[in-house]
Amino acid sequence: MLRIKDLTKAYGDHVVLDGIDLSVARGEVVCLIGASGSGKSTLLRCLDLLEITDDGDIWLDDREITDPTVDPDEIRRSIGIVFQSYNLFPHLSVLDNVTIGPRRVLGQKRAEAERRAHELLDRIGLDGKSDAYPDALSGGQQQRVALIRAVAMQPKLLLLDEVTAALDPMLVGDVLDVVRDLAAEGHTIVMATHEMAFARESADRIVFLADGRIVEEGTPEQIFTAPREARTREFLARHLPA
Amino acid sequence: MTSTPPRADRVLSARQLERNAYRIRQSRRRATIAAVSTIVVLGLLVLVVVNAPGWERVRLTYFDWGHAKESFPKILDAFWLNIRLFLTIELFVLAVALLIAVIRVIPSPALMPLKIIAALYTDVFRGIPTLLIVLLVGFGVPALNLNGMPTSLFWLGVIALTLSYGAYVAEVLRAGLLSIHPTQWASGRALGMSYRQTLRHIVLPQAVRRVSPPLINDFVALQKDTALLSTIGLVEALRAAQVYSASTFNFTSLCVAAVFFIVVTIPLARFTDWLTIRSLRRENGI
Ligand SMILES: Nc1ncnc2c1ncn2[C@@H]1O[C@H](COP(=O)(O)OP(=O)(O)O)[C@@H](O)[C@H]1O
Ligand SMILES: [Mg+2]
Repeated sequence: MLRIKDLTKAYGDHVVLDGIDLSVARGEVVCLIGASGSGKSTLLRCLDLLEITDDGDIWLDDREITDPTVDPDEIRRSIGIVFQSYNLFPHLSVLDNVTIGPRRVLGQKRAEAERRAHELLDRIGLDGKSDAYPDALSGGQQQRVALIRAVAMQPKLLLLDEVTAALDPMLVGDVLDVVRDLAAEGHTIVMATHEMAFARESADRIVFLADGRIVEEGTPEQIFTAPREARTREFLARHLPA
Repeated sequence: MTSTPPRADRVLSARQLERNAYRIRQSRRRATIAAVSTIVVLGLLVLVVVNAPGWERVRLTYFDWGHAKESFPKILDAFWLNIRLFLTIELFVLAVALLIAVIRVIPSPALMPLKIIAALYTDVFRGIPTLLIVLLVGFGVPALNLNGMPTSLFWLGVIALTLSYGAYVAEVLRAGLLSIHPTQWASGRALGMSYRQTLRHIVLPQAVRRVSPPLINDFVALQKDTALLSTIGLVEALRAAQVYSASTFNFTSLCVAAVFFIVVTIPLARFTDWLTIRSLRRENGI
């Protein structure tokens, strides 16, 4: 459903994405791993059309979304993205955070949007907090709400950019549980992460990036037990518990 | 690993060249639309005004080149007074407003009487029309015959506008102080800084940056309101223009004065824009 061909992106002279080729099938969970600065966030931002790319194509189903005539808002409606932090709107209650998109963008009735929001909040065990404001929640709770807020828009594709990186290790597990549920439900997910154990267990495919290129991709089994490239081995040696 | 050449030497794909060409065409189109619509709208406005039945008379009374040239040096001279007033008042306003704003946000019960006075001050002086304050101070204070009170019109004017604008600017600064997230206070105190140091080095700089557009907005208004001081007899640009028009029965001098005020305001407005963009760049990496 997602096809990326020879995608390049530079800031000034600094080449951040250097010919990325990647396909993601419907229902697939792909984890992007790689050192800080390797271009994971930039790739995700390009997919959501938050950056203008320098060259290369991105196809979402049968639309070429890098075509300058497409309306980025329309594309973003079918893609959900969650960042590392500052996701929730601080001036809205938890419930309003989840319903504002469906109501304002998808045109759902308030009652319908709220019923669905309560359902989603209930699933992540936060329905009791629906009237609270984001600042009154822990980071982990906020991030879980951010995830279901994205899901409430019923996106075709979910992009997650190190959603647990800003969290206390104690809270990481709860957030990853939500991601695991979403994956099990059949959501298509592309996720940048440093949580190697999670990637190994929940991803269908691992993509290792370095210096804006895909160095190696494969099943978690293959990447974690028998990496082909020296750079992958080096990276994993540093990031896996011995 | 096969190494592909860096992007700079890379040839763009045919598809990308198409996309780039399309974007260039689009931005040209937008620029053209902007230019054409601006010319059409302004042109229509000019046509409507110029074809109005009274236009010829208005042109002679308000836009007469001879009168403009003749009144220009007099108004320029007088306008220096506006500038001096503006700069002096601005300094006092900042000092008063900062003091009031800080008194109002410090959560110390010992300061209660001061806090009440500060709140009263903002309520009262924001509530009274500026012109009224100018008249009350300009004619009332000298009538008191108090020892040590200034009698020079310049300083009376400074006091009047400082009282009025101090109240507005205090509220802007207070809003800025209150908008800084409590964790910034906590982080400052956590480093061992005192309340004062945290306010001075951590919270205030962020607050001022955040409110600098409305702050400068108030200073633009202040700059214009120096003209109100003509009512207590200060011969500033507006008064000089009125004197000229009274003796010639031609109002061109008023338009000349207007131009002076505009010319000073525009750089201030651009400066605000620049400040805003700079802090956005710095803090959000845009
Ligand atoms: N807005 C920007 N302007 C300039 N350079 C940027 C910008 N955003 C990211 N970069 C650079 O792009 C590179 C890749 O960044 P990023 O995609 O955030 O990496 P990752 O998410 O893998 O840590 C980094 O070297 C970073 O400094
Ligand atoms: Mg990143």
